[in-house]
Amino acid sequence: MASARLRQAFAITGVLGLALSATACGTGSSSNDGGSSNAGSAECAPYENYQGHEGKKVTIYSSIREIEAERLAESWKQFEDCTGIDIDHTGNAEFEAQLPVRVDGGNAPDLAFIPQPGLLQRFAEQGQIKAASAETKAMAEANYPADWLKYSTVNGTFYAAPLGSNVKSFVWYSPAMFQEKGWSVPTTWDDLIKLSDTIADSGIKPWCAGIESGDATGWPATDWIEDLMLRTQTPEVYDQWTTHQIPFNDPRVAEAVDRAGTILKNEKYVNGGFGGVRSIATTAFQDGGLPITQGKCALHRQASFYANQWPEGTKVAEDGDVFAFYFPAIDPAKGKPVLGGGEFVTAFADRPEVQAVQTYLASGEHANSRAKIGDWVSANNKLDLANVANPIDKLSVELLQDDSTVFRFDGSDLMPAAVGAGTFWKGMVEWINGGNTANVLQGIESSWK
Amino acid sequence: MTTTTPPVAAGTQAVDKRSTRVSRVRKRLNTRIATVCAIVIAIVWTIPTFGLFVSSFRPEDQLKTTGWWTFFRDPQFTLQNYQDVLFGQSASSGRLASYFINSLVITVPSVLFPLAFAALAAYALAWINFRGRDWLYIGIFALQIVPLQMALVPLLSFFSRGVSLGGVTLLPAWNLDGAQNFAQVWFAHTCFALPFAVFLLHNFISQLPKDLMEAARVDGATHPRIFRTIVLPLVAPALAAFGIFQFLWVWNDLLVALIFAGGGEGTAPLTVRLAELAGTRGNEWQRLTAGAFVSIVVPLIVFLSLQRYFVRGLLAGSVKG
Repeated sequence: MASARLRQAFAITGVLGLALSATACGTGSSSNDGGSSNAGSAECAPYENYQGHEGKKVTIYSSIREIEAERLAESWKQFEDCTGIDIDHTGNAEFEAQLPVRVDGGNAPDLAFIPQPGLLQRFAEQGQIKAASAETKAMAEANYPADWLKYSTVNGTFYAAPLGSNVKSFVWYSPAMFQEKGWSVPTTWDDLIKLSDTIADSGIKPWCAGIESGDATGWPATDWIEDLMLRTQTPEVYDQWTTHQIPFNDPRVAEAVDRAGTILKNEKYVNGGFGGVRSIATTAFQDGGLPITQGKCALHRQASFYANQWPEGTKVAEDGDVFAFYFPAIDPAKGKPVLGGGEFVTAFADRPEVQAVQTYLASGEHANSRAKIGDWVSANNKLDLANVANPIDKLSVELLQDDSTVFRFDGSDLMPAAVGAGTFWKGMVEWINGGNTANVLQGIESSWK
Repeated sequence: MTTTTPPVAAGTQAVDKRSTRVSRVRKRLNTRIATVCAIVIAIVWTIPTFGLFVSSFRPEDQLKTTGWWTFFRDPQFTLQNYQDVLFGQSASSGRLASYFINSLVITVPSVLFPLAFAALAAYALAWINFRGRDWLYIGIFALQIVPLQMALVPLLSFFSRGVSLGGVTLLPAWNLDGAQNFAQVWFAHTCFALPFAVFLLHNFISQLPKDLMEAARVDGATHPRIFRTIVLPLVAPALAAFGIFQFLWVWNDLLVALIFAGGGEGTAPLTVRLAELAGTRGNEWQRLTAGAFVSIVVPLIVFLSLQRYFVRGLLAGSVKG
């Protein structure tokens, strides 16, 4: 009798335990602030086309986090208030690895900001992402240069509009130091080399660089190669290189790598503040340009986002402590090649509210709203320069909106991950450590299947 | 545990042999050289943590340009890193407490569920005779070999799509939202912990003297009663040992939480928050030094308060069998 009751008690406890684990915490989230839209007011006029989705929720997944994520959330706050769509953004450091897992597991976000066109293309070929709606496509075509849109077009279908951008073709320098020594900012390749020689003669090594970046060690050097591919070759050859229509060890690629070597592997030029050529491989990319502020180095080629790395209190401006100039073209007649990167707003769902948000993010309203909050660059041509406060961002936007600019996306993000985020990085480390150009390129080529 | 062993000749012999072996080992390890070696190893192993600890009090520019040992030559002290981590600079990062609670909400059930299920399963596998018992045990044992990473996508699909076979839905999708995601994390951690937990506890429970069980049966005790009044108190060290293992593993876990909890503030544990602290481009990595020490506090308390059982549990598990 007692045993039967005991058994019963055990059974109940077991069932309760299971039930608890299955239905736990029915409270749910209380973040739903939809349903209180004031669609009629004047400030909501720009969002008229996005109405009719009140109380709906759109999830976004990206690699943007911390302060930048907060600014992003702030940028679409008014859109949320006016349309009643609740945008739930989650940023994660493991984005690139997690997104395929979530997609394969059937738990894809509605929208993802994908910074690698190569990954976007893979999703498109597997049929896992949705083509952009006609409105999104029209909005993107009106606001972004064709150079950008081709990266999110796979087999003739347009998938995603760009969002933020960064410009990689920059050389950081110290305006104060330049003024003091009487150096001027070079506008041609020859001037740049001449300046480097002048600086080298003055007793400091002109260039500093660092390519150590944890698992991603080597990537800053791939940017060097890409920038020089764009400068020694035509943009068409660059496209053939990133799509593997020409082999990785093509003589034209070797020419670009050797050209990069005239600076990066020149003991006379590098590595200001750190040591010899090999110290490039062991210097963290975050620290790579810091000797400029200590007067131990004069030039550092790195993207616009390097602005965040300067020590607190460093004034980043044309008349400040540090600033950047455009990495000059070798043959100015061919236009201004600009290497850059950016995210693409990719949709995994085609619900109308998701498409509305996708269209909104491609619009000038969002670009300006985000730019006003600060630290933002976009290739969106509706972006008003007056809204871009930060001098380096302003310079980037000017460069992106310039008609003579020939924009190309960071090549290592276009290549298959095994190459672009694998052997290319490792090959560059080997190359810096004394590896011969032909062998290194041969090694990368043989890894590209 | 040996005190409950009836004085069977073979048993005492084994105990004697073991104790002499233990004392011989103890004697041999008790030399001066061994002590010096142990101290040296302890120091070498502690240096990285110590460096991290010193770093967490250094100002950002110092931390980023010089090694932690420069602290002793040129001591500069700041609490800024802890200030950033605990109270944040911006509106949303000042809520470390909520991630702390998320971590607890994830960890406590993720320790208790596998403990409860594994103890029941281990008892059944050890003391209830049923057909295929050994094969079942071997199967559970073998499951330990499956890497967790392999199960992530199928498990996620199980939650978000449900299970259907040939168009027939066997189990519906869970369709969880917000805080309900905790259930997924508990489920995942419980699944991943069970094979090892069952194995560990089975080793313990099956070593309990058979006479004890038989005596209980003769007195009319049922399985639930034996389990509750005899087995559970006797394997308490093992339960504690596994509890610590599982606690540390779940507390430090990032992967499972990332995938099953979602990264939102409502459900993400401390580890997810720590990974974010360095900023989008990793330029605020000085905060990680302080973050590591903030997150270490709870596991340290758990470990120190239970380490007695931990050592006892480990020893008992290894020597027996």
